[in-house]
Formats: sequence, C-alpha cells, structure tokens
Amino acid sequence: MPISDWFKAREQRHYTTPTQTAAPSDVPDGVWVRCEGCKRTLYMGDLERELMVCPTCGRHHDLSAPERLAILVDSDSFDETDAGLRSADPLGFTSGKRYADQIVTAEERTGLAEAIVTGRAAIGGHRVVVGVMDFRFIGASMGSVVGEKVTRAFEMALSERHPLVLVTASGGARMQEGMLSLMQMAKTSAAAARLSRAGVPFISILTNPTMGGVTASFATLGDILIAEPGALIGFAGPRVVEQTIRTGLPKGFQTAEFLLEHGMVDMVVDRRELKDRVASLLGYLAEGE
Amino acid sequence: MARRFVMEFERPLAELEEKLAALKRIHVAEEPELAAEIEELETEIGRLHETLYAALAPWERVQIARHPERPKTDDYLAAIFTDVVELHGDRFAGDDEAMFAGLATLNDRRVAVLGHRKGRNTNENIRRNFGSPHPEGFRKAERIMRLADRAGLPIVTFLDTAGAYPGIEAEERGQAIAIAECLATLSGVRVPVVVVGIGEGGSGGALAIGFGDRLIMLENAYYSVISPEMCATILHKDARRAPEASACLHLTAEDLVHLGLADTVVSEPRGGAHRDPSLVFGEVAVVVATALDELCGIPAAGLVEARYHRLRAIGQMAEPQE
Repeated sequence: MPISDWFKAREQRHYTTPTQTAAPSDVPDGVWVRCEGCKRTLYMGDLERELMVCPTCGRHHDLSAPERLAILVDSDSFDETDAGLRSADPLGFTSGKRYADQIVTAEERTGLAEAIVTGRAAIGGHRVVVGVMDFRFIGASMGSVVGEKVTRAFEMALSERHPLVLVTASGGARMQEGMLSLMQMAKTSAAAARLSRAGVPFISILTNPTMGGVTASFATLGDILIAEPGALIGFAGPRVVEQTIRTGLPKGFQTAEFLLEHGMVDMVVDRRELKDRVASLLGYLAEGE
Repeated sequence: MARRFVMEFERPLAELEEKLAALKRIHVAEEPELAAEIEELETEIGRLHETLYAALAPWERVQIARHPERPKTDDYLAAIFTDVVELHGDRFAGDDEAMFAGLATLNDRRVAVLGHRKGRNTNENIRRNFGSPHPEGFRKAERIMRLADRAGLPIVTFLDTAGAYPGIEAEERGQAIAIAECLATLSGVRVPVVVVGIGEGGSGGALAIGFGDRLIMLENAYYSVISPEMCATILHKDARRAPEASACLHLTAEDLVHLGLADTVVSEPRGGAHRDPSLVFGEVAVVVATALDELCGIPAAGLVEARYHRLRAIGQMAEPQE
C-alpha cells in the first residue's frame, strides 16, 4: 500500500495508543480516541491533522513506520530497500511464547517484514537515506534483521554520500536472538563510525521510547540528536532503575526534556516542526554532498 | 577444604564433604570401624564430583561465573602481566573504580589493558560498585582505547560485569552515550583487540569493551544480551525461572563458539577457575600471547577492515533471492 494511503486506512487498523474509546453506537469504531496525556476524548480527524499530537496537551502519540515516513519525507520520494529481509529464529527461542510465532504475529499485525523500514528518500529536496523503526513490531527490538538493515543504511549513505536520517523507537536489543542481538550494537556502531569518519552527516531522531541497546549504540552516535517531546529515552528501563535504587524516580526522569537539560541531545522538536527542522539541518550539514 | 562459598547446585557435595571432615576429626585409631565409613564416603564424594561437574547446565555455569572467589581482573593483572601502570579518570567527571584501565607488559609485549573490576571483599565491592561501571568508567575506557590507538599498543580486555549500572546518576550522565562511544571507538582502533571473558559478560556494559579481533572465553564465563533473571522476569514475571532463561539465551562459552562469536575456550579446573587459579592464569597467558602474535603481524588497515567484516557477518536472517 502506498504510504499516502496509510492515514486513510487508519480506521481499519488496531492501535494501542491513543486508546479507542467506547464510541457512540452510530459512530464507526476508531473515530473517537482518548489522549493518553490529558485523557480527553478527541476526534481522530483532528488528531491526524496535528500529526497525532494532542491539540490540547501536546502529547506526541506513537506513529507507525509508514505514518512517520509520510510526515517526514517529501511525497512520493520514498524508495524502500531491503524490504524482503526477515527474521529467522536462530536460537529456536521458546520460553512461554515461541519467538517464531511472535514474528508471524508481528508481521500480521503491522503489515511489515521487520521492526525497521529503510530506503532512499528526499527531505525538503535533500537526497537522504532514511530508516524508521516501528515499535509495534516486537517493541522494535534489535535483532539480526534490524541490525543488518541499520548497517546497510549506514553503508548506503556512505557509498552514495547522502546524509542518513534515522528515526528510532525501540525497547533495546532483542533477547530472543541472544548474543546475536547484542553484537548488532557493535555492528551498527562500527558502521556509524565509518560514516562519521567519511564526513557524511547522520541525523538521529529519538522518539518514544528509545531504550537499552539501541540508545547505547547507533541511535546516539548521530552528528545531531533530536528528541521528540515527552519521549522516553535512556539505557536502563525506569522500572529497573527503580528496583535498583529502591526509591522513587525524579519527575520527568529519562524524558526528552530531561536529556536536553543534562546535555545529552541537541534539541527537542515538536513533531509538527520536525520535517522543516531536519531540512534546515540538512542544508547546513549536507552542503557539500 | 576451606571453601567459604557454596553454590546452590554444589550443596549435596558440600554436605558430604562436611560430613567427611567431621569424621576425620575423630581419631581413627580410637574408632577403627570408622575407617571403612570414611573410605566409602570418599568414594561417594569422588563419584559425585565427577557427575556434578561433568555436564554443567548453563545456569550452573552462570553461578560459577559469579562465584565470589573466582579470579578477577586484578588477579589476571598480577599473575600474567609485569610492569602494570594504572591510568585513572575520564577527564570529565571522575574515576570509576569499576573499570580498570592501564598499561602492562605480557611476556615482552607492551599492551593497554581494560577490565571490569569486581572487589574481593565488601569494602572493595562498594568502592567498585560490584563491577558495574557508571559512564565515567566507559569514558575512561574509551580514552584509553584512543591512547592505545595513538601509541600503537594492542588492547587486551577482561570482561567481568553483571552490566552497566542502572542508576539515576548513570542515566543523567549519559550511560547509553558513553557505551555507544566505546563501541564506535573500539571498532576503529588501528591496533589488535583481544577480549577475554573471565566471568560475567552482562549485556551492553560488557560489550563496551567486549568485541574485537579475538574473543577468548573461559569455560564457565558467560556473555549475554540480558541477565537470566531479567529475561525470566520479562517472559514469566518470575526471576526464579532464570535457570530456564539461561538455557534459552545461549550464553555459555560453548554456545558462543557455536554461534561463531568466540574463537577459543579456555578450560577450567573441575568446579571452576577458583579451584586452581594458577592453572587458568597460565592458560590465559598463553592464549592471549598467541592471539597477539597472530594479530601483531597484520597491517593496521587490514586489521580494522577484518574487524569490520567480522562484525558485519554477525546475524542470522532470511533474505529473499534477488
């Protein structure tokens, strides 16, 4: 399905956030949703016009990869690469659920082959290589395929000398692929380092949530780090930190704003201004490319 | 036998050994009928020794890897290196004692050494945060990687951490970024990198100094994407199912060889490295020296290229034929 149809088709799909409210009986399902931030009931059409940012409280609701691409890249500019790369189950991982089944369920649920979509595109007229993660696919955790597609995106940006723009959202390394997943952190970081040494720009956009092995590898190796408002970004999950220190967490801990305050990201950018900001940065960084 | 710490799975053996020790305290000359009983007990202990350690389950190896008396980075530094010079501080905020960084000589080869550092007692462990580094530890390690690169010193690392510390300050000071910088730098250093898994290889905190041109694993060391307890908690909301999770994660030295990630496994004395550390030190010294001999002949550019391809090949997936 073309990217432009994704918004139109939203009503037919299942979403976890924002939550669908019990609609009046004469209104089709999914027209009214509850904002996860201010708990107000919103008309889906209004929310979509604001790129899934609550017009009342500014809450940035999660986007699927196709939705993200639709609002980030120039229309009709996206050309997907490595679309057929799919996860195997190298360890035969079964503990409770079978990993092989989880993959199938995620594919069916999202219509995607894996937790990241990569390709060539243009942003504000600048040629870029782009990659967008989709949290609905097993928490967009990084296993062999995500690591491979991210690495190929770095390599494509390097060989074509086009800037790389990645939009991250991930629970971290995918435990169902064990050490093969952990090593994707090193693999992607090595590819990021090569791109950096070659002087090709890399803009990393951290969205809700970006945690664990993804934050601790390629996601934070960008020349510019942009975070979306309110996004949870960190290494250890908040519950793990809470259990370790055995006290409450400070307000706003691990949010985009917390990271900005501690000097860990360049900027926090409202989604409705994101594309223009990225285009502007590309103008500065990609001048010679 | 003056063992102070008994692992869960060793308990039946420890009980028999205690009983034997108690019997031996009685003078056999006074109670001649005890001699037969002692002999019988000794045979049983011998038999149990063999069966207990013959085919260790992954979870049992994890326990051995965490054994408080297991040889640590400091012990390897003292046993196999000479002229050890410790280097302190990250040049930003502090010096993290959970991470050793320094220069040392192995036989007559000068190298840089990095290693997670657990303590030998409670005081040391508190200072060293039980071997779990903060960002300062990773930034110190990254600084020494760059120094080694400039000075042309091969890097030898020792892995022994439950993981990077998950605390508020660690997050505030950029734990994730500090690890990511280590990964980026280590991937590109123009000197050989030899990694030795000596105990725990806990996730990103281990990986920060945990990949290179050779990965040598001690037989009972483990290396894992997530701790077995955390994995069990996520899957079953029950950390007590860690033994099952350990098997699923394929985290043992042998598993890593099968996955194509580890090059060499150093065997340990029956029951674990703590039973006879000198044996293990000798073996590790030989294996590391051999790896360095092999790698030091390779030109820098080839080394970096080979390391990239080594990483590049990691991953198993289904790719449609074009």
